[in-house]
Amino acid sequence: MVQYAVLIFERETPGGLADIPPELTQARFELDQRIAERGGRILAGMALDQTHTATTVRGTAVTDGAFLETKEALAGLFVLEARDLDHALELARLAAQVHEIIEVRPLVGFEIVRRDGEDRS
Amino acid sequence: MADAHRREWAYVLAATVRVTRDLDTAEEAVQEAYVRALRTWPRDGVPDRPGAWLTTVARRIALNMARDAQTLRTKLPLLLEPEAVEMPEIDDIVDDRLRLVFICCHPALATEARVALTLRLVCGVATPDIARAFLLPEATMAARLTRAKKKIAAARIPYVVPSPADLPERLDAVLTVIELLHAVGHTAYSGERLVRDELTDRALDLARLLRDLLPREREVAGLLALLLIHRARRTTRTDAEGRLLTLAEQDRARWDRGLIAEADRLIVAALRAGPPGRFTLQAAIAGVHAQAESYAETDWAQILTLYDELVRVWPSPVVALNRAVAVSMVDGPATALAEIEELERDGRLAAYHYLPATKADLLRRLGRDAEAADAYRTALALTANAAEQAFLAGRIGSSRPDPGGDARIDY
Repeated sequence: MVQYAVLIFERETPGGLADIPPELTQARFELDQRIAERGGRILAGMALDQTHTATTVRGTAVTDGAFLETKEALAGLFVLEARDLDHALELARLAAQVHEIIEVRPLVGFEIVRRDGEDRS
Repeated sequence: MADAHRREWAYVLAATVRVTRDLDTAEEAVQEAYVRALRTWPRDGVPDRPGAWLTTVARRIALNMARDAQTLRTKLPLLLEPEAVEMPEIDDIVDDRLRLVFICCHPALATEARVALTLRLVCGVATPDIARAFLLPEATMAARLTRAKKKIAAARIPYVVPSPADLPERLDAVLTVIELLHAVGHTAYSGERLVRDELTDRALDLARLLRDLLPREREVAGLLALLLIHRARRTTRTDAEGRLLTLAEQDRARWDRGLIAEADRLIVAALRAGPPGRFTLQAAIAGVHAQAESYAETDWAQILTLYDELVRVWPSPVVALNRAVAVSMVDGPATALAEIEELERDGRLAAYHYLPATKADLLRRLGRDAEAADAYRTALALTANAAEQAFLAGRIGSSRPDPGGDARIDY
């Protein structure tokens, strides 16, 4: 199996999560299950708050907002395990049914750091 | 030797990839196998099965390379392969060429990378020759190829024939690459003639290869037929000075009737087998032109029917423009002009010189010479191609009688 980052880009709306229809939110929750049914696995996932809440640090300078100002902003990402790129793209298409734009990138490394000096996985 | 290179390269490379699971190493090994053939064949004679000889040698070289590299192996991931990696019998791997074609034309690669990879890995064309064909510095082309191969390895694009569900879309990507190769060779008047012919030759080779490997795919038959008809007319497309000739001006007696008949058989079979796709329809249109005894005797009604269908399966403004030419022959230039003006408002063809050139021709046929001259000037400003410029410049202010319009787009 190969690990990919699946990056999710969305156009931001003023109300944030509140603007998303409940059926869509439900469908997004079910993505994990649908991917598993097709032989893939989501190892980790995260949803990002809107870009106006971001702060960018470069060197010593601190500025308000996200580093990349794009029409569709990075809204979240998950780590996907798939057989190969064709499989990963098949699963990404499922994600694209409930999100606007999906970018698939192979991972060079992925690890979860545990607290309190536990072993790293 | 050149023959063995051209005919066997894809087979040998595909077979070697089975062992190396890495395109780069396989490519290097096959290159080296050809170098050895160049040394030994003149001395010992050409082996009975050159492909098998080359494959055996290339695989041995690849295995040695892998052994040598084992210790300092860069961690480039290997190509994904579902089966185990023992050496399969040589006869099992014939269809590995298909995997090679599909990996080179994978939609995850940029279009220009697909074209370059296909030429390099499937056709075995050397990188400097590919660079020359696309009028690019060799280093640029080499970098493009390297980047594409790195992506295949890093993103794990699988070395497989797509599943039946994905096949239509993936096959269309392959056919598009072949069509593009042909188009570059067909219209790149700025390049050397030999380089251009080489590209159209390669496109035809690829279409024939694909036809052998996927005999039931109708669109493969359609593309092959289309390229055969272009080939049949190749020598008549320009005059002795290299000036472009329209379909109306070409010497039909010099068209290759054998190739046209071959194309016709493919088209008829493809049309009978089910609803035609865009390549079959383009071939059918080219076929109607090719069957006509003279430009005046062209069955325009039939061509228009085919264009109606083509616009339906492939709603592209370029197709709509070509269809307008057929409309002008069936319903007259005034009706066609209305369609051209519609396309102008659409705006997607704003930079496409065939649009004002076609408009100019219709205006000329309607006797609106001053407006026609304006349109020719617009077209002239949009093309960088010397032969096209000469053609259009000749049209401005010319009242040369032309029985059937320019029909600039020749299928």
